[in-house]
Amino acid sequence: MAILTEEQAMLRDMAKGWAQEKNPVAAFRRMRDSGAPLGYDPVAWREMAQMGWAGVLIPEDHGGSDFGYLSMGLLLEETGRTLTASPLLASAVAAASTLRLGGSDAQKAKWLPTIAAGETVATLAVDEGPRHAPGQVALRAERAGDGYRLFGAKRFVLEGEGADLLIVSARTAGDPGDLEGITLFLVPGDAAGLTRARLSLADCRGAADVFFDGVALGDDAVLGTPGEGFALLDKALDRARAGLAAEMLGAASQAFEATVDYLKTRVQFGQLIGSFQALQHRAGRMFMELELTRSTVEATLAAIDAGSPDAPLLASLAKAKAGETFNLVSNEMVQMHGGIGMTDAHDAGLYLKRARAAEATFGGQAFHRDRYARLKGY
Amino acid sequence: MTDVAADDLDAFRGEACAWLAENFPASLRGGQDPTRAPGPQVLTPDQTLWKQRMADKGWATPTWPAAYGGGGLSAAQARALQQEMDRTGAYNPMYGMGLMMLGPTLLEVASEAQKARHIPPIVRGEVRWCQGFSEPGAGSDLASLATRAEDRGDHFLVNGQKTWTSGGQYADWCFCLVRTDTARKHAGISFVLFDMKTPGVEVRPMKLISGASPFCETFLTDVVVPKENLVGPLNGGWDIAKRLLQHERTGISGNAKPAAADVPLAELAKRYVGLDAAGRLAEPDLRARIAANDMAAHAFQLTAERVLKETKSGSPSAGSSILKNAGTRMGQERDELRLEILGMAGIGWEGEGFEDGELRAVRTWLAGKATTIYGGSQEVQSNIISKRILGLPESTQG
Ligand SMILES: Cc1cc2nc3c(=O)[nH]c(=O)nc-3n(C[C@H](O)[C@H](O)[C@H](O)COP(=O)(O)OP(=O)(O)OC[C@H]3O[C@@H](n4cnc5c(N)ncnc54)[C@H](O)[C@@H]3O)c2cc1C
Repeated sequence: MAILTEEQAMLRDMAKGWAQEKNPVAAFRRMRDSGAPLGYDPVAWREMAQMGWAGVLIPEDHGGSDFGYLSMGLLLEETGRTLTASPLLASAVAAASTLRLGGSDAQKAKWLPTIAAGETVATLAVDEGPRHAPGQVALRAERAGDGYRLFGAKRFVLEGEGADLLIVSARTAGDPGDLEGITLFLVPGDAAGLTRARLSLADCRGAADVFFDGVALGDDAVLGTPGEGFALLDKALDRARAGLAAEMLGAASQAFEATVDYLKTRVQFGQLIGSFQALQHRAGRMFMELELTRSTVEATLAAIDAGSPDAPLLASLAKAKAGETFNLVSNEMVQMHGGIGMTDAHDAGLYLKRARAAEATFGGQAFHRDRYARLKGY
Repeated sequence: MTDVAADDLDAFRGEACAWLAENFPASLRGGQDPTRAPGPQVLTPDQTLWKQRMADKGWATPTWPAAYGGGGLSAAQARALQQEMDRTGAYNPMYGMGLMMLGPTLLEVASEAQKARHIPPIVRGEVRWCQGFSEPGAGSDLASLATRAEDRGDHFLVNGQKTWTSGGQYADWCFCLVRTDTARKHAGISFVLFDMKTPGVEVRPMKLISGASPFCETFLTDVVVPKENLVGPLNGGWDIAKRLLQHERTGISGNAKPAAADVPLAELAKRYVGLDAAGRLAEPDLRARIAANDMAAHAFQLTAERVLKETKSGSPSAGSSILKNAGTRMGQERDELRLEILGMAGIGWEGEGFEDGELRAVRTWLAGKATTIYGGSQEVQSNIISKRILGLPESTQG
């Protein structure tokens, strides 16, 4: 466990208390069963915002607390434990980071305060196919008078159904696959020509396909330098990946603890199933993997806070490791619970589904192994 | 095999081929099999016709004795028939626990009267069976089951609770393990059959993580089971159950074969990931793992064939544990790889924005998690392999 400042320890305790008492897995289940169209509970999100969580990465002069990524990681880990669904990752991490890293003073002044307050839900609209490929941008931004018009589609946009602001990667030059010629745009959710189609995902989180049919934007909608959006996007994505890895660590930790509890309660053959060495060794292995994962997550968040050049490498390490561990633990959670773990009434399936969805989001293990190797020069 | 036998087999193959050409409706060729879910089947007229013809021929249960309506074929002939069916694209229209587990067991241990009564309807796919083995407190430790059957002269009076009863809400009959002696654990269990419409039988369906509700809790309150429905000797049910579980495992490992409707992983990856300039899958990491799963499937298939040939009767053995663990592991890895290939399209649940194959991949993956749990969990199979096959000593820790 990282050495926390007093402020961070308080933040974590607050998050733990809120998640475990006010937003346990049962709350996620209620949200799911109510068919909540946004994929999260707006009341819970308002509470999170009121506690200042949406502003943890936002400078104080824009209404945030600027506590940094390690702090945000604590929130994501604690809410990840109980599978709390909210725009924290999409809006307060991914979009807020992009604006902070690349926005003009005017753009930041316009959007960051309402993001920090949780009133604006913002998100990144990056991928155009089912597999994460941020360089594969075909969505066109055509010059039109003083501004641009966007044509194309983004798929699987997190919180895409309800987002008030979308940060969209578009092609202003070159071909899909070129890293040059990508420009980021700030697109209000109510822009004319923007339509959405909600997606129903196995983990019940909010996502949508978003279509751009000649959406007209002024020059002031360009985020960062035209044509050089990929570098900014990549940096922002690493922050999102680190945040998601923290959430996955939390979810995997709680899934693990619930499983160990079961090993200590379920009796077969006249003894606790936790007395079987075949299961003990696997529990030991999971614990080891969780410890390794925690190291990678904390190191990544700290590297981002410190502005270290290692952050991209570490982000890929953490996302790959968290994916591996969360898949392992959620599979074992089902297996070690036996028949009851296969029932919808049990939580194991919820963790299993979340593990797969989180794995596919912002690049899975194979994507990040490849990126890690490239960053290391082989 | 002698040349004469080989000639005979060729002759049979020709016969089977001709019969299939004449009797398997052309409209079903290359199409999808009807659903094999435990619920009621809705069949097209041609599917009904095919089921009828196979029922008359007995070829859905090719090695079962002709006296009970089975095909009366040898194991070698049954293999040849399967190969011809695969070539024609013909499927076996019968399925379920009666066919896979109960029938083969009854043929081995049941009385003449019981066989005459229960085997023909299984051959014809007319009666759906469910398995009343597991209880809330008796899963892996099945022999600790507590459902009581009291001797009441001409019948047993059964009280207790079963759980995870697959297809319980649709089944016509149940084969069930009950306790007839409370003083002895394994030697106090009997194997009985009862009609699910008997008063006192109540089922409550439960939903699975895949969203389907294929199984139930089954409550038994003062259920009257006639003595004629006791299979094998009183208190001799455990050996029968073990035998039945071997048949079940063999059946489960047979499910390792991917559904005909599912595109092979490599084909799927070509579409979702693409090829490089040299014609290889564009992601080397994924390519290597798809190849590893392909090889696991290949090795499994060769092993299944070898086991079938070596056990002359084609009847399952302790080796069923090896096949079950190998087959289910390979199948689960395949399902996970399929999701990985699909990326975000591999986490769709329902509705617009996803192709049917994508949604099916997700449900198949979730449902497949049960294969290492039911039929004796993967851990229990490993225990059987290490103790019964390898003769390793009892662990002091179980
Ligand atoms: C989809 C589905 C369908 C089913 N259909 C039927 C049905 O139709 N009829 C029926 O009777 N039953 C059915 N079952 C029940 C199934 O047979 C049981 O779930 C299985 O026997 C495991 O029992 P359990 O669920 O109580 O798990 P437990 O026995 O409690 O096992 C929990 C965990 O402990 C492990 N474990 C237990 N003992 C040992 C040991 N000695 N060493 C190492 N590990 C051990 C198990 O492998 C498992 O991982 C079904 C189950 C499922 C999931």
